[in-house]
Amino acid sequence: MNMFLETLIGGLLAGTMYSLVAIGFVLIYKASGVFNYAQGSLLLFAALTFVTLTDQGVPALGAIAVTIGLLVLTAITIEKLLLRPLTNRSPMTLFMATLGLSYVVEGVAQGIMGSQVRALNLGIDDLPIFLGDIMISQFDLIAAGVALAIVVVLSLLFNRTRIGIQLRGVADDTRAALSLGIDINRIWQIVWAVAGLVGLVAGLLWGARQGVQFSLSLVVLKALPVLIIGGFTSIPGAIVGGLIVGAGESLAETYIGPYLGGGITPWFAYALALVFLFIRPAGLFGERQIERV
Amino acid sequence: MSEINLPAAAEPIDQVGLKVLTIVATLALLVTAPFLASEYWINAIIVPFLILSLAGLGLNLLTGYGGQLSLGAGAFMMVGAYATFSLQLRVPELPLPLALIVAGFIAGAVGLAFGIPSTRIKGFYLIVSTLAAQFFFEWLFLKFPWFYNGNSSATIALSRGLSFFGLDANSPHGRYYLTLGIVALLTLLSFNLIRGQTGRNWMAIRDMDTAAAVIGVPVFRAKLQAFAVSSFILGIAGALWAFAYLGSASVQSFGLTRSYQILFIIIIGGLGTIRGAYLGAGFVSLLPLALDWLFQHLFSGHVDAGLLQNIQKAIFGLLIIWFLIKEPEGLARLLSLRRTQGARRRLFPS
Repeated sequence: MNMFLETLIGGLLAGTMYSLVAIGFVLIYKASGVFNYAQGSLLLFAALTFVTLTDQGVPALGAIAVTIGLLVLTAITIEKLLLRPLTNRSPMTLFMATLGLSYVVEGVAQGIMGSQVRALNLGIDDLPIFLGDIMISQFDLIAAGVALAIVVVLSLLFNRTRIGIQLRGVADDTRAALSLGIDINRIWQIVWAVAGLVGLVAGLLWGARQGVQFSLSLVVLKALPVLIIGGFTSIPGAIVGGLIVGAGESLAETYIGPYLGGGITPWFAYALALVFLFIRPAGLFGERQIERV
Repeated sequence: MSEINLPAAAEPIDQVGLKVLTIVATLALLVTAPFLASEYWINAIIVPFLILSLAGLGLNLLTGYGGQLSLGAGAFMMVGAYATFSLQLRVPELPLPLALIVAGFIAGAVGLAFGIPSTRIKGFYLIVSTLAAQFFFEWLFLKFPWFYNGNSSATIALSRGLSFFGLDANSPHGRYYLTLGIVALLTLLSFNLIRGQTGRNWMAIRDMDTAAAVIGVPVFRAKLQAFAVSSFILGIAGALWAFAYLGSASVQSFGLTRSYQILFIIIIGGLGTIRGAYLGAGFVSLLPLALDWLFQHLFSGHVDAGLLQNIQKAIFGLLIIWFLIKEPEGLARLLSLRRTQGARRRLFPS
């Protein structure tokens, strides 16, 4: 029983790390209908910039400020050079454009800052904490706390500020929002910048976990089933999806894995997502589209 | 969406003559190519180009014609390659061409299985199914030694090479003609498929599946057909990639990068066109060479290989974006614009 609880809690906490990546996707999908494949490369770019700066002796806070500045600049550039010319194109085209974008961001970031593995130390010790007999990783606990804080901040931003209300308007009906005089280009810039910030947080936490290198951008592939389960349009969905995937993965690896020779995590989340999709084709919290001819 | 301008009269005779001439010239060029090009060109550029075109063709049937986005092209290629290996190893009586066809059918069946979710899931949600295939087969073929016959490096290679019916196709020329023959046959097959009812059904579903269902297109069957046919072709392309080009392959030869590469081929070449696959594959095979050559001349080899790779990657990404913005219908459309005006446009759903 303890073993089960430990696996479950460990999985749930790891799941919040997936959620962090997934939230960045949801933000952009909600506001611009773009499935942003480049979120992973933005995450890598953010973490890589931070590590490079701190390696050069820049204090952590300064490095974060510079990274944020660069992310905002990137968001504006993306909006101007990619989103604006592709307005009103099919979602597939936009998706493929972000695939191209991920190549550009990865190529440029690694070309300038190198592709070797860098260690990233956030000053959080990964000590186990014992709750009764159950061992919990302190690092995971802090990561979960950060994810929670981000969700609270984002929901305040969405529900209480003027920009947030505009954002929801754009997400709800782009044309109606435009006719009310909402500056959609600025909204896109803001959303991409916010998604970049969420990517920075996720990148720092993931980077501290597994080192900063190319494989960091592959967490995109971890976040995808999370999104599918939660639905593309819902932030709470991203959290719930992350918890389901995290718990499912670690339980499956412990209890089903041994029968299949182990190492099933890379595809298990996808299999799980498929099962969920068969029951709810738009995810748990996603909006169902009504189809018209 | 697009107007269909049927030509009022038959094509002028001189144009027909031109067409015949072009076809004859192309055929002559294809047959004599091995004697015109060096061995290096055949081995390292022409054969992989042909195979990538074939893979692009397979994916284009599914994504370009059927409108079902797939990120798992590599998985179906992998199935084809490993199935061919198993068949050649365990059923040695089966000659290579038949083994390739059977492997194609196995890949087709696998594609069908992973296509089943498409009948309920649409759009982006569908990429989960194809990605599941990608990761599942990478795991499967690495995990169980049966698939690679327990060999210590976990790679697969044909022990008897590429010989069948007393012919030996192991020389560069042999590989070229084998690949060319298969590619030509499958291209012909695809041409006929998309010109017939099957292809029309796929395009109707791509353009709007609800409307297609309303006018009586069997959506369920047509989608599964698209998955099966596409995977059949991808499977054979995978077997060729492993044995006619690489010689010995592993799971890494068909990783996610390969899936993206095939997807890029059809985006750049032109979604929903047959020749798009060839144009895209040509572009994808030649671009790295051109960039290499350029950097060699610009910096005379002073650029570090890792940096070069990253620069190539960035340029590649930029080109993709540029293509999507400027010419969303790919190179094929540029060609057809020059040739005929008012030709039927094949649009990707918008």
